[in-house]
Amino acid sequence: MEALSHIVQAGFDQQQADADKASSAAIGAGFAYGLAAIGPGIGIGYLVGKSVEAMARQPEAAGMVRTTMFLGIAFTEALALIGFVVFILIGL
Amino acid sequence: MLGLDFPKINEVLRWQDFFASFNKIALIAVGAALIGIIVFLLAGRRDPLVAPKGVRNLAEISVEFIEDGVVMQTMGREGLGWTPLLLSLFIFIYLCNAPGIIPILYMPATARIAIPLFLSLLVWVTFIVVGFKHQKLHYILDILWPPGVPVALRPLVGVIEFLSIIIIRPFSMTVRLFANMLAGHILLVTFALLTEAMFQAETHRPILNALGILPFAMLLFLTVFEVLVAFLQAYIFTILAGVYIGTSLHSEH
Repeated sequence: MEALSHIVQAGFDQQQADADKASSAAIGAGFAYGLAAIGPGIGIGYLVGKSVEAMARQPEAAGMVRTTMFLGIAFTEALALIGFVVFILIGL
Repeated sequence: MLGLDFPKINEVLRWQDFFASFNKIALIAVGAALIGIIVFLLAGRRDPLVAPKGVRNLAEISVEFIEDGVVMQTMGREGLGWTPLLLSLFIFIYLCNAPGIIPILYMPATARIAIPLFLSLLVWVTFIVVGFKHQKLHYILDILWPPGVPVALRPLVGVIEFLSIIIIRPFSMTVRLFANMLAGHILLVTFALLTEAMFQAETHRPILNALGILPFAMLLFLTVFEVLVAFLQAYIFTILAGVYIGTSLHSEH
């Protein structure tokens, strides 16, 4: 009888552990994406702001500035996207 | 109040095979390739002396866009020979992205990692081969032992350069395209599910139905946004391919 209750208890612990794991994965996923978005957010804001400033000061160079801006955005954004992939890997 | 269950990621992205190892993603990819080929074949067959119209206009605009917007900006005049590669990359990626918002299909083929991975490996092989062809062994030596850097720092900078050029470049290109399209797709799924759940709620009907307008508006907005993203990601992938091939063409020093 005692052995049986031990087994039941172990099964219950296992379920509890699974639920704990799932909930901490959900929390971790949220943090992973949230933290990964901070840096790129600041970076892209700064980058586009400066590009707009450059284009306003020198409209004839707008094409070149725009191309370089997209390049910079692509590099900056990669970090946020890696965070997003991690979010999917551990969260969903 | 709301029985909203977000489906597992596999349900959102995995499709029934039509026949062995050929599913919706493959269908979209094949369709994109065929549409691209047919449009340009049709455009190429028209008599060049008549004023261009229809398909030919479209083809000319896209060729001009790639030449002025990508090749001239990244490689300069001597890079014009690379227009065909970059143009086909752009058209293929755009046509793979666009089904993400086309009704019935509603799935960007690039939201599965296979196609972005293959395309970026293609670019990777291209820029490495071009580097060896144009700079001989100096290509890899300049990466590992960069000139113009203090000698004491060269081993460190060399390792960083090697990692960033040979390993990070294809990885980040893949992830950029894949994750952007996947994120868009998941956003659309989320708001579509939310709208449906709100319009079909069993309790608190009037208020939930009225509030259901909000996710629906967001869904419409995101659909328009995805049009932009589909174009922008194709453009960014192409322009990065241009930059990478361009830096292989000449040494930077």
